[in-house]
Amino acid sequence: MRVENEAQLAEAVRDAGGALAVRGGGTRPVGRCLGEPLEVGISGITLYEPGALTLVVGAGTPLAEVEAAIAAEGQRLPFEPSNWGSVLGAPGTSTVGGVVAANVSGPRRVQAGACRDSLIGTRFVDGRGQIVKNGGRVMKNVTGYDLVKLMAGSWGTLGVMSEVAFKLLPAAPSQATVVIDLPAGAAQVALAAALGSPFDVSGAGWLPGIGAVVRVEGLAESVAYRAERLRKLMAPFGPVRIEEDGSAAIWASLRDLEPFIGKDGDLWRLSVKPSEASEIVARLGGEVLLDWGGGLIWALLPEGSDARALAAPYTGHATCMRGAAGVTFEPEPASIATLTTALRAQFDPKGILNPGRMG
Amino acid sequence: MEMPKPKEDLLARKPQIIARLREVLPADAVIDDPSETRAYECDALSAYRCQPLGVVLPRSTAEVAAALKACHELGVPVVPRGAGTSLAGGSMPQADSVVLGLARMNAVLETDYPNRFIRVEAGRTNLSVTGAVESDGWFYAPDPSSQLACAISGNIAMNSGGAHCLKYGVTTNNLLGVTLVTMEGEVVEVGGPYLDAGGLDLLGLICGSEGQLGVVTEATLKILPKPEGARPVLIGFNSNEVAGACVADIIKAGILPVAIEFMDRPCIVATEAFCHAGYPDCEALLIVECEGSEAEIDEQIGMIRQIATRHEPVEFREAQSADEAARIWLGRKSAFGAMGQINDYMCLDGTIPVSELPFVLRRIGELSKEYGLDVANVFHAGDGNMHPLILYNANKPGDQELCEKLGAEILKLCVEAGGCLTGEHGVGIEKRDLMDVQFEPADLEAQMRVKDVFDPKWLLNPAKVFPLGASASRRAS
Repeated sequence: MRVENEAQLAEAVRDAGGALAVRGGGTRPVGRCLGEPLEVGISGITLYEPGALTLVVGAGTPLAEVEAAIAAEGQRLPFEPSNWGSVLGAPGTSTVGGVVAANVSGPRRVQAGACRDSLIGTRFVDGRGQIVKNGGRVMKNVTGYDLVKLMAGSWGTLGVMSEVAFKLLPAAPSQATVVIDLPAGAAQVALAAALGSPFDVSGAGWLPGIGAVVRVEGLAESVAYRAERLRKLMAPFGPVRIEEDGSAAIWASLRDLEPFIGKDGDLWRLSVKPSEASEIVARLGGEVLLDWGGGLIWALLPEGSDARALAAPYTGHATCMRGAAGVTFEPEPASIATLTTALRAQFDPKGILNPGRMG
Repeated sequence: MEMPKPKEDLLARKPQIIARLREVLPADAVIDDPSETRAYECDALSAYRCQPLGVVLPRSTAEVAAALKACHELGVPVVPRGAGTSLAGGSMPQADSVVLGLARMNAVLETDYPNRFIRVEAGRTNLSVTGAVESDGWFYAPDPSSQLACAISGNIAMNSGGAHCLKYGVTTNNLLGVTLVTMEGEVVEVGGPYLDAGGLDLLGLICGSEGQLGVVTEATLKILPKPEGARPVLIGFNSNEVAGACVADIIKAGILPVAIEFMDRPCIVATEAFCHAGYPDCEALLIVECEGSEAEIDEQIGMIRQIATRHEPVEFREAQSADEAARIWLGRKSAFGAMGQINDYMCLDGTIPVSELPFVLRRIGELSKEYGLDVANVFHAGDGNMHPLILYNANKPGDQELCEKLGAEILKLCVEAGGCLTGEHGVGIEKRDLMDVQFEPADLEAQMRVKDVFDPKWLLNPAKVFPLGASASRRAS
């Protein structure tokens, strides 16, 4: 079933006889997708004010359409959303609602925050079929509880979003990447030094075949200045070079996990304390990509691997993005599980919205 | 301001309630002498006061849990309090409640530069968090005007902002984890020293929930390396509208200053008389601060100068020294004190889309004339968070009521313009009964269902945030 507007969406949820598998463009098939497919096709930009850095858009709007519209005004989504379609074997049209539902954030997350940090408003239909709005279209808003954050990363289990509002950032006219030739296991210390510097680093990761990478963005002269300062700062860690023309491609590759596309194996995503990254990478084996200064580890492991057992002990959580290892999301401590189960029961008392999706 | 009628049985059971709290807490952690509890009868919204049954001042998470568990068993409402600087009455007690103050919990628990966080007890003041790391070149970004006094626990409760939030975000964007004690006395760890927590974003929900979901006792906060430098410029204009248009043009041009502050003539006049910052004679002025290296700041300010020139400013003043920079900020930072010197005032906190600034400022001017009360405007223009100050005479009968009515009109105007009732102060008791201007019943119901989960008996700060009528049945049960 496909819905094209909010009224249809509310009706579809109210009339549902059983479970609904909520989807936008279907490019993020993570976890179980049980029930009748409910495709949110509510599309289009409803409000865009470049002078206020704000955008309101239908949840089913293709991400590419949004990115093109704001790029025309020299702006961008701060959190640099990733496209996982290819690596998850589900290429298609990523929608903004899907991005929000999965709280997808790319490399700039270290500087600009996650998707949830840029999300300032949403309208959704809860499991009772009620239309609910929260937040709005202004950057600062503390009126009532922040359900906006709760919806981001809830994978459609609390409500089906019909509309989302973002705060935007001016796009940087220039960027450069400092590349340090060193192995993954040694990257975290170098990346921490870069992120601890005053040079406003907007990306810090590691890719196979390239090494550790540190990005700066902004006005041209200042990018050149900061890249040079970082080059000196990074010199003790290994051979260093500054990449200008190829900078954007490096970050697109890391953002969309290009080194893993077309490769077999289970794909795990670990959100960890950055200082634990080296040890975790050593324990995991397999192929890895590092982002967020080591705070995000992507690991491609042999089929059937349990990254949690391999990585243990660690601070954070691990998600099986692709594979057959059982539970996708990290099991929650009992005290948290009590709260989240009760929240789901309040928003979706019939248990029809993406049941079982979050484990 | 209407407050729920205190429950007679709780008032009658005061000795028993205090005795029970003394059983579970150290002797000096419980206060019930009215001469001592008086200090807790109001917060910074001092027009409204109410003496609580008692006050508890725990020293640890375990003591907070013990106090909450006891109050839960006895059915006593609890009003959490950080430093008591809420401008929305967020920590004003009810007569049948116990105030739980966190001021004694102010230690730094862990500082971790490689992982870029600091973990503190939640009663620690905002500015002293930066104070703990600044000698090593780091800072904590959210900077509410009250940062010298306000506590991190209150910042989390209200999701506080400040002048530099245009670039760095508000509290929720700088919070990694909390230790939360539920009303039942359960200690729950939410988030931690990693960027994305798993599961539902409970941290996002707790931040800004005005102390209604649990008491935050410890917080893991993101810290940032200090930029190489910062420099403000002051730009004077002949009209509010032109100043507002200049703000939008700066943002559209792709420059992201760390702060864009706005002051109108009444505010400029008052601050000049108060602190002699040397501001130009003009209708409105902007203070725009840029940061980075010297070269980077030069480049940004050069672009801002070009944009401002198109709007024919009365003056464009770029700080040439630390002293000049301090003087540019002096008037802005003194604005609230300066207004307080000349008059009683009520400080509003609505947010509007930046594009609506000229319209909203004009309309506020009209309403000010209609009501016969002067309004001065000083605010964070970059993100549309307005703080109109309504001047009134607290000693003149009827003036405060008139002031409240005008305040409500202005906040409704903010919502009609596409904005919201509060940008950084919170709802508290102050804007509680305006919530249905911004929200439909289903929107409020969805929020109240969240409180049902965390605090089923509605004992934590129960008479705040939601219109009393909307929450009545829940509070009664």
